[in-house]
Amino acid sequence: MTFRSTLMATTAAVFTVLGGAAFADAHATHPVTGEILAADQTFTYRTLDESPSIDPGVVEDSDGGDIVRDLFEGLMNQDADGNIVPGVAESYEVSDDLLTYTFTLRDAKWSNGDPVLASDFVYAWRRAASPELASPYSWFLELMAVENVSEVIAGDMPTDALGISAPDDHTVVVKITQPLPYFPQMLTHYTTFPVPEKVVEELGAEWTKPGNMVSNGAYVLTEHVPQEKLVRERNPMYWDNENTIIEKVTSLVINDEDTALTRYLAGELDRTDIPAGQFPALQAEYPEDVMSVPNACSYYYTINLTDTTNPALLDVNVREALSLAVDRDIIVHNVLAGGQKPAYTFTHWATAGFETPETPMVSMTQAERNEKAVELMEAAGYGSDNPLSLELIYNSSSAHESIAVAVSQMWKQTLGVETTLGNEEWQVFLETRGNQDYQIARGAWCADYNEASTFLDLMQSESGYNDAKYVNAEYDALMAEAKTSDNPQVQYTAAEQLIAQDVPIIPIYHYAADKMLRHNVKGWPYNNFQQNWYARDLYIVAD
Amino acid sequence: MFSFVVRRLMVAVPTLLILVILSFVLMYAAPGGPFNSERPLPPEVLANIQAKYGLDQPFWKRITDYIWGVVAHFDFGPSFKFKDRSVNDIIAQGFPVTLTYGFWSFVLATVVGVTLGTAAAIKQNSWLDYLAVGFSVGAQVLPNFVMAPILLLVFTLWLGWLPGGGWNGGEWPYLIMPVIALSTSYMASIARIMRSSMLEVLNTNFIRTAQAKGIPMRRVILRHAMKPAILPLLSYLGPAFVGMITGSVVIDAFFSTGGIGTFFVNSAFSRDYSVMMGITILVGTLTILFNLVVDILYAWIDPKIRY
Repeated sequence: MTFRSTLMATTAAVFTVLGGAAFADAHATHPVTGEILAADQTFTYRTLDESPSIDPGVVEDSDGGDIVRDLFEGLMNQDADGNIVPGVAESYEVSDDLLTYTFTLRDAKWSNGDPVLASDFVYAWRRAASPELASPYSWFLELMAVENVSEVIAGDMPTDALGISAPDDHTVVVKITQPLPYFPQMLTHYTTFPVPEKVVEELGAEWTKPGNMVSNGAYVLTEHVPQEKLVRERNPMYWDNENTIIEKVTSLVINDEDTALTRYLAGELDRTDIPAGQFPALQAEYPEDVMSVPNACSYYYTINLTDTTNPALLDVNVREALSLAVDRDIIVHNVLAGGQKPAYTFTHWATAGFETPETPMVSMTQAERNEKAVELMEAAGYGSDNPLSLELIYNSSSAHESIAVAVSQMWKQTLGVETTLGNEEWQVFLETRGNQDYQIARGAWCADYNEASTFLDLMQSESGYNDAKYVNAEYDALMAEAKTSDNPQVQYTAAEQLIAQDVPIIPIYHYAADKMLRHNVKGWPYNNFQQNWYARDLYIVAD
Repeated sequence: MFSFVVRRLMVAVPTLLILVILSFVLMYAAPGGPFNSERPLPPEVLANIQAKYGLDQPFWKRITDYIWGVVAHFDFGPSFKFKDRSVNDIIAQGFPVTLTYGFWSFVLATVVGVTLGTAAAIKQNSWLDYLAVGFSVGAQVLPNFVMAPILLLVFTLWLGWLPGGGWNGGEWPYLIMPVIALSTSYMASIARIMRSSMLEVLNTNFIRTAQAKGIPMRRVILRHAMKPAILPLLSYLGPAFVGMITGSVVIDAFFSTGGIGTFFVNSAFSRDYSVMMGITILVGTLTILFNLVVDILYAWIDPKIRY
């Protein structure tokens, strides 16, 4: 390069930088996309209710999880597609037996300037498992199969027996008791996030209050009025602060979803939920604001298979007939009308790495299904001269009621089945269903992590969540095999086929998350199956 | 009078105790529990939580510990649902909010209701009367859960004058809609009660005498008719005041005020035993207290009443 060209290049660079800086003052642009950013980078959204806790070790609801993900950062994060990307851990290694994970931490800081140490993770995990904290989410560490976790929770071993250690300030070693292909994925869950040992020990339960809380995420807690609002603002100590754009995030507790929608339309909110049934109208009026993305939950009816049930339900023909006669398309398109999808498998269709298997029912038309259902009912000895009577229970909610009414009509019209509907208050319902004091009951399950076993583990004989009390040794063997399989899809397909064949549950639909999201809010992780969003990935463009 | 107050206060103690015991028993008799969810907890996790909140203790110990905690330490225990907070925290934060909007609703409802009722009675069967009666019937049949969304629609969405919710430490723009929504139905009842009792009083002999003596109507009403006419209203105002200052789940839910109304109702649904008990005791105490206040006011207003 000649002197002249160097000079010109330098001059050009200086002008570019100066011009860019001057321009940035007036209209900052997004560093990657170049979009012009709005001057006010505040994101305000609605939550249904106050979260029971914002302590990472204790938090138990998804709204609380959204808050905690902004305030704290674990070993791993998720990107916009739900893939894992480094968080506090820069990298990790797995031992050959897949049972020991070694994480190398970056130079991250707490919001008070202290370094985030490996020992903070060790402390946080031990604390989450400790009987003293009695965290309702300590079971997540059991799900992760951390060494000795059940014994620690039960109080049979001291907390330092837990399979996590810190050989030095930048290294965390975790030992697990069975290989879990999705283990790194689970580290994006809030129960595994670090907490500042010094602060928690000094302040006790008071440490989560604004002013007291020290955190290591992209934001710090600045205001919290329970049942009203929670405000978090940018954390200058965050290691990736320079790439954070949103300055302030406010969550407002608004119990009533219609009120929330009114306030959204009045411009007070950037994001809110769409009340049931309003999706089509809102989509027509505000096409740029309405979003509907898969939401990691499945809706189903569970059938009691114990001796307290209606004896007719012990006949697999009856169960299959009932499942076939449910016209999922009507439920999804006419009753719910919010982007949900008909379910013929338990596992949500959008689960990572899961291909929905071809069960016989999927390829049939509804007319063919109804025809087969009638045949099966006749084979079981039920028909117009001998109609079957059933009881179906659900927890009190207009949405559950609409679905139950629709399903009972389908059963009545196609099979002549008389269904008595019963709704119960939530707590009463849980007890009734948990005690197998029902015939058919509503159920729903949401993914804890983005992998099919989060759904399919539920139907194992010993699972505490298996309300149908479905017992099938073949199924259990498949699920055990899947844990070490190179391609667990094979086992998952077989497991779904077993469910389709034995019908302990009737899958009805797979959830969608229907939201209003202001059109100038960008960076939303639409493809993140669990809808785990991080405010630091969002930005607001100028209108 | 003094001995009456002392006597009433002494009766209040066993009344409250019975309230506490009854609520406690009913609460634990209800199916379900605070730690049940769609996803049942593993037994070892549940055992830890139950130990932490004393639910592994026998029933008699739970109730005696609870009452001792309240009486000796004024400690209503930890919330079972809000893991970072105690019942004292929740009441300390929520009650002032409820008290503020409840107090202003009471003032508005009473002032407007009494004025309207009195005016209607004086001008019976006039357009004013019909207007007042029409308004109270309208306000009565328009419950606050209908009123609240209408207010929001008009003042927040269409006119853009008022914020759609929140509390912000009780700044007045945040106060207006909750106060209107909460006070209208009370206002209607007050107007109706006031109108009928005023009509009754105006037809009595001593008012006729006063009018016959040529005392101006204004003076007759304020000096002679008001006191006796307000008596039937008083027994309504006591419980109404408690009702307003202990909150309304509708107001809290629609306007996100953060008052104790939502806590009360949600605690029943989520079986948050300690929050439910704490607010029950608060409401019970206030009810007893204000009934006593009403009784004292009665004696003060009506010389015929002696304790």
